[in-house]
Amino acid sequence: MSASTVSKAEGIYAKAGSLSSERRWALWTAYASLIFAAIIFLAPPVYMFVTSLKGSAEVANMTGNPWLVRNPTLENYTTLLSNRPFLKFFLNSAIITVCVVAITMVISILAAFALARMRFWGSQFLATGVFLTYLIPDTLLFIPLYQIVGGLGLLNSIWGLVLVYPTLTVPFCTWIMIGYFASIPKELDEAALIDGATWPQMLLKIFIPVAMPGIIAATIFAFTVSWAAFVYPTAFVTTPDQMPLTIGVVSQLVRADTFAWGQIMAGALLAALPPVIIYAFLMDYYIAGLTAGATKG
Amino acid sequence: MRLSVTGIVKRFGAVTALAGIDLTVEEGEFLTILGPSGSGKTTLLKAVAGFEVPDEGQVHLGDQDVTLSAARHRNVGMVFQNYALFPHMTVAENIAFPLEMRRVSKPEITKRVGETLALVELETYGARLPRQLSGGQQQRVALARAIVFGPALLLLDEPFGALDRKLRESLQLEVRRLQRRLRLTTLFITHDQEEALIMSDRIAVMDQGRIQQIGTPADVYDKPVSRFVADFIGESNLIEGTAANGQVVLPGFGTLAHPDAPASGPVTLLLRPEAMRVGAEARAAHCQAQCTVLEAIFLGLSIKLRLRPEQGPDLLARLPLRPSDPPPAAEGSSVLVGFSPEDVHVVPRG
Repeated sequence: MSASTVSKAEGIYAKAGSLSSERRWALWTAYASLIFAAIIFLAPPVYMFVTSLKGSAEVANMTGNPWLVRNPTLENYTTLLSNRPFLKFFLNSAIITVCVVAITMVISILAAFALARMRFWGSQFLATGVFLTYLIPDTLLFIPLYQIVGGLGLLNSIWGLVLVYPTLTVPFCTWIMIGYFASIPKELDEAALIDGATWPQMLLKIFIPVAMPGIIAATIFAFTVSWAAFVYPTAFVTTPDQMPLTIGVVSQLVRADTFAWGQIMAGALLAALPPVIIYAFLMDYYIAGLTAGATKG
Repeated sequence: MRLSVTGIVKRFGAVTALAGIDLTVEEGEFLTILGPSGSGKTTLLKAVAGFEVPDEGQVHLGDQDVTLSAARHRNVGMVFQNYALFPHMTVAENIAFPLEMRRVSKPEITKRVGETLALVELETYGARLPRQLSGGQQQRVALARAIVFGPALLLLDEPFGALDRKLRESLQLEVRRLQRRLRLTTLFITHDQEEALIMSDRIAVMDQGRIQQIGTPADVYDKPVSRFVADFIGESNLIEGTAANGQVVLPGFGTLAHPDAPASGPVTLLLRPEAMRVGAEARAAHCQAQCTVLEAIFLGLSIKLRLRPEQGPDLLARLPLRPSDPPPAAEGSSVLVGFSPEDVHVVPRG
């Protein structure tokens, strides 16, 4: 073996030996990035939680570290939970969200099934069109929708919101479901059809059970959007008994230039609880639903 | 039930997938559509199944014209290459599905599912999910689902393509036995010529949207009607010659008289590798040539030789081997190769 061959071989082994150090560097970089991201994203809720445990006097006191609680109290939570308007906001949000999720899923599943599996002229164009409607911001849509909702006599009503929220949820949920249905092998349709199923039977008995991860992902999305919607309720609802949580907390706990910060933070945290619980339990389905069709299965 | 396909044409834009197919599968017959990828065999299957509506022609099942009937009204069972089992249903639920769709009563469904599971030897697997089964077991479930309702016609779309060789061979024979036992009219699609030869009562060879030849496996193998069929089915030596004065002149091999040869003009002869005579056997042959052995490939029961004559293209020979036999020829050596009129088939020129 010549000297040049030896040094070349050592070079290769030196490279191979560096794999563990490369991996170590990759891990360190990943950890550092994740810790940085976690700090950025967790700082607001942590600050909200800390503030929610403070009394009004402590919040107003500008001396000392604002991240620390000197006299922790659950007063903000007990006040809110014994406050009828707050419970009404919660109930309104729950009714609106349940109705919107149900409407959204029925429309999205039917639309996605037709667009993804039933070949008809223009189906591809329609599928793209559905997604493009999602790109229109609600700050633009609420102007014509105000006319429509007003025309139907549904201003200042949670049913007006039930009517308009699907404009935010249906396009994206349909898009998610199109991706999921498209990832199901074509042979399943053919097997169901030749076994005697009609199209509705195929949807109910085969596609919905098989596409359950996608349906859960779309449901979570619809839930999150309707639970957190702010622009539409701000535009369409002004009476407190019809307000959902998002605007109810703000309108009732902010009086002119007086902010009940402790209660606002407690209210915001309580409002965030349902989505957090749902995400915690269904995160795997959510990811599986969003990534359907990304890889050949 | 008898399947009859008449003048089926199917076009996709400018591409003609089926260019006038006429085909009959008699009741209880096992007919294979054999062809390369893109030959139109899957389109034909889809037209028969009801997944594609032909542009022209008719499909009859028994006396009934089903050309425009929906798939679910045709009473046809189908087994797919990738099984197409419903992943959220158990084996028993999968098999029960066609019966449920036909509104068969619950007790009858239970009885028939049990019988069909026994038929495919999966009696104890009813409660399992498809993903808990091996590929072969999944394909048996797919077969059970396709036959549980007593279909008028069974369609098999390359059902063994995803299985390993040993399992494939065993399932081929099992399906064949089951098909004969139940006297199921069966249309089988494959590109695997060996599979077609093993399983079929008749084979229809397709290419470019047309049936090139239809006949028994022996007919298609021994007497191909075109150069394409000769080349596609099995290994072949196609030797070009010229007919004149009742003799076929074969460059390098001399002359040969063959009853099927034309009086004059170019001739293509088909010579299967196993019909080739090599060494001492070749001395008695009508046509002989000295060839160089380019390759000698050991295949277990036989040895395959790639031979180069002084004129013409390379040839293949396959010689049977017994364990005690010495190697018939070494690579690089020169051997005498020959054949006689009874060894060759004149391929009609289309």
